[in-house]
Amino acid sequence: MIRLIAVRALEMVPVLWVIVTLVFFVIRLAPGGPFDAERNVSPEILKNLNAYYHLDAPLYRQYFDYLGGLLHGDLGPSFKNASWSVNELVALGFPVSLELGIYALMVALGIGLTAGVVASIKPNTAQDHIPMSLAMLGICIPTFVLGPLLVLIFALWLGWLPVAGWEGPQHKILPSVTLGAAYAAYIARLTRGGMLEVLAQDFIRTARAKGLSQARVVLRHALRGGLQPVVSFLGPAAAGLLTGSFVVETIFQIPGLGRFFVQAAFNRDYTMIMGMVLFYALFILSFNLAVDVIQAWLDPRLRHQR
Amino acid sequence: MLLGPFALSGCTPHDHGALHVGNGTEPQGLDPHTVTGVPEHRLDSTLFEGLTDLDPETLEPVPAVAESWTVSEDGRVYTFHLRANAMWSNGDPVTAHDFVYSWKRVLTPSLGAEYAYMLYCIKGAKAFNEGRLQDFGQVGVKALDDGALEVVLENPTPYFLSMQMYFTWYPVHQPAIERFGRMDERNTKWTRPGNLVGNGAFVLSRWIPNNIIEVVKNERYWNAANVRLKRILFYPIDNLLTEERSFRTGILHLTENVPITKVPAYRRDQPEVLRTDPYLGTYFYSINVTRPPFTDVRVRRAFAMAVDRESITRNVMTGGQRPARTFTVPDTAGYTCPTGIDYDVQQARRLLSEAGYPEGRGIPPVELLYNTSENHKLIAEAVQQMWKKDLNVDVSLVNQDWKVYLASQKSLDYQIARASWIGDYLDPNNFLECFVTNGGNNRTGWSSNAYDDLLAEAARTADQKRRFDLMQRAEGILLEEAPLIPIYYYTRVYLKSPAVKNWQGNLLGYISFKDLYLEESSP
Repeated sequence: MIRLIAVRALEMVPVLWVIVTLVFFVIRLAPGGPFDAERNVSPEILKNLNAYYHLDAPLYRQYFDYLGGLLHGDLGPSFKNASWSVNELVALGFPVSLELGIYALMVALGIGLTAGVVASIKPNTAQDHIPMSLAMLGICIPTFVLGPLLVLIFALWLGWLPVAGWEGPQHKILPSVTLGAAYAAYIARLTRGGMLEVLAQDFIRTARAKGLSQARVVLRHALRGGLQPVVSFLGPAAAGLLTGSFVVETIFQIPGLGRFFVQAAFNRDYTMIMGMVLFYALFILSFNLAVDVIQAWLDPRLRHQR
Repeated sequence: MLLGPFALSGCTPHDHGALHVGNGTEPQGLDPHTVTGVPEHRLDSTLFEGLTDLDPETLEPVPAVAESWTVSEDGRVYTFHLRANAMWSNGDPVTAHDFVYSWKRVLTPSLGAEYAYMLYCIKGAKAFNEGRLQDFGQVGVKALDDGALEVVLENPTPYFLSMQMYFTWYPVHQPAIERFGRMDERNTKWTRPGNLVGNGAFVLSRWIPNNIIEVVKNERYWNAANVRLKRILFYPIDNLLTEERSFRTGILHLTENVPITKVPAYRRDQPEVLRTDPYLGTYFYSINVTRPPFTDVRVRRAFAMAVDRESITRNVMTGGQRPARTFTVPDTAGYTCPTGIDYDVQQARRLLSEAGYPEGRGIPPVELLYNTSENHKLIAEAVQQMWKKDLNVDVSLVNQDWKVYLASQKSLDYQIARASWIGDYLDPNNFLECFVTNGGNNRTGWSSNAYDDLLAEAARTADQKRRFDLMQRAEGILLEEAPLIPIYYYTRVYLKSPAVKNWQGNLLGYISFKDLYLEESSP
C-alpha cells in the first residue's frame, strides 16, 4: 500500500510539469495582456510596466524564472491584486472554499446516501420513484438558479437567513445547500445503482437466508460494496467542491478561491492563473490518489493489481 | 413585487456611524500611485488627501492640504501654502517635501505607474517619466520650505487644480513606504492595515481581499472635528443582483450599480432610494476609418445619422440616460459643443446613395463589435434594426471577451465597435484629446491636422473663453468627419438609503465621504 502511494505521488511530478508548461504558454497566446485597459497606456509607460514585471524578458527566460520560483514555493505577485502575492491570495481563499466545500459535501452525502439507499431497498415503487425524481430535478437545476431561488424564499420572503456574506453560521447555510444539492442528486443516483447491483448478488441472498434483518443486510453487508461508484465519483467531486465554486461564491459574496480564479482569467493575471491552476491540479491529483487508496481498502481485489 | 421595505429585515444590525458601501470589485490595490479604477479612487479618497479637494456640489476646487495658493500671471506657476495642522495618520506633519517625493515616485519610470501621464502637465514630467530626463531637479516641482510648494507647468492648464483630487496626485509618506521596500516597488506591504500611513479623513483598519475593506475615522485629520462618520465598510460585490439584494435587506446603504431590470420597479415602488445622476461619460460607436466602406466620410455620416438615439434612451436604457449628439458631455465645466450629429434618415439615405450605395445596394459586409454584455447586446440589436430599416444595410453583430475586444480595437481589427469614454476631470480637453492623431485612445485610424492644430493652440491658451472656442471648432470637425457615432451620455444609476445625509450627486460620481453622515434612526 505504501509502495502504491509513493509510486503514484512520484507520477504526479511530470503531470504537474506538463500542466504548468502548457498553461504558461497558452495563457500568453490569448489576445490581450494583463495591462490592457479601455484607457490606453502609452508605449513608454507600458514599457516601464512590463519591465517591472519582467514581461519584457524573452519568453523562455520568463518560463525558467517562473519554474525557479516554483521550486522555492513562490508563485509570484498577482498582477491585478498588486498588494498581494499569489501565495497569500491562495492561502486566504482556500480555507474559505474548503469550509464551504466540507459543508456542501456533508449536505451532499447526507441527503444523497440516504435517498439512494432508501430508493434501492424497494426498487420501482413510490419509495424509489419519489427520491429519484427529486434527484433528477437536482441534477437539472443549475446552482445559478437554485441559489437565487433559495435566497428569495429563505432570505427575502421569510427573512430567516442573510442574502450574502461569509461571517457567522447563518451565512453558511444557503451556500452549502446550494452547492451540495446537485452533488446530492448525483450521489443518490449512484448509490441506488451500486446498491441494486450488490443487493442482487448471491452473498446478500445468503445473508437474507440466514435470517438477518433488512437493516443489517443493507447497512452491514450491502452498503460497503454499493458505495464503490460513489467513492470514485467523490474524488473529483470533492476536489471540485473543496476548491470553490465561482457561481456560488459570486451569488453569496463569499471570498473563496473560485472567484479569484475566474477574475484572474478575465484579467489575464498570468501569475494568479498559473498559481490557481497549479493548486487545483495538485488538489485533484491528490484526491484521485486518495480515492484509489480508499477503493483498494474497500475492494481487496484492487489491492493486488499493482 | 419583490421590493419589500428594506428596513424590514435588518439581518446585520448596523451600529451608528458606520456606512456600508457596495464598491464594485476588489481594488487592484490601495497604493494611490499604481491604481487606476473607480473603486480604488473611492477608497483612496478616504485614506489620502491632495492639495485641493472638489466641492461635491459645484465641483470647484476647494482648499484641502493646501490652505491657499497663488497663480502667476501667465497661468503657469502655482504656489501652494500648506496648512500647518495637516498631519499624517502617525502624527508626522504633511510638508511640501512629501509632495515632491510623491510626485517623483509617480514619475519614476521603474515604478511603471499607469496614470503617470496625469502629471505630464508639470514641466519636464513627461521627459522624466519616459527616461529622457534623469535629474528630477529639472522637473517643475519644488519645496520652497516645509509649508510652500511651487509647481511650474508646461502650459497654462485651467483644470490643474481640479485634478488634485485624483489619486495619482495624492501625497504618500516616505518612511511608511520605505519601511517595506524601495520607492519604486509596487508589491510591498506598505498598504496593509497597520502599515498604511495616510493623511485622509479615515485610516485603514481591515482588508480581507474579495470580502471587505474597513476604514475608521482618523482623529489626526486636520478637519476631524467635522467628520461625522465613524467607520466605512466597503464591499467588493461584483454581482449586481447580489448587491441589490444586499441593499434590499439593509446590509448596504449605498450601491455601486443597479441591475437594469430592477430599475422600473424601484422607480415605481421606491423612487426615494433610486438615484440617476448625470455622469461625465459618453457611450459611442467608434468607426475604423481605414476599412471600406467607412473610408468614405459620407458612409460614416450616413450610419451616424441613422441612429435614433432618443429611441435607445427611451426604450433600451431605462436609467435616465440622455441621447448624445456630441462627443463631449454638454456643460462640461461650462463647455457645450454647438454642432452635433442628429437623427436624419432622409439625409442619411442621400449620403449613402452619393457614396455609391443607393438603398444600401452593393455595400460590403459590415460588422458591429461589442464586448460581451447584455446591455451592449441590447443596444447593438436596436442599432442593427435601425440600419436595416433606414439604410437597408445588413449588419452582423460580433461579441468578444473584454480583453480580446480591447486587443481588436487597438489593432484596428474591426469596422464599428462599441466604445465609451469616462472623463477623469471636468474639462472638455479630457474628451477631445482622445482623437488627436495617433493618440492612444484614438482607436479609429482617423487623423486631422486641423483638429490637432486647434487642440494644440487651445492647450497654449490661458483665456478660457477663447480656449473653449478653439475646442468647439475642433469638436465640430470631429463630428463632421464622424469617426464615431455618439449614442448616449451616461448616468450613474445606483441605490442610496435615505438614512445617508448630506449626499451630493455630481457629474464625476465623486463621493465626499468626510461630509456624509447617517440619520440617527438609521437601520
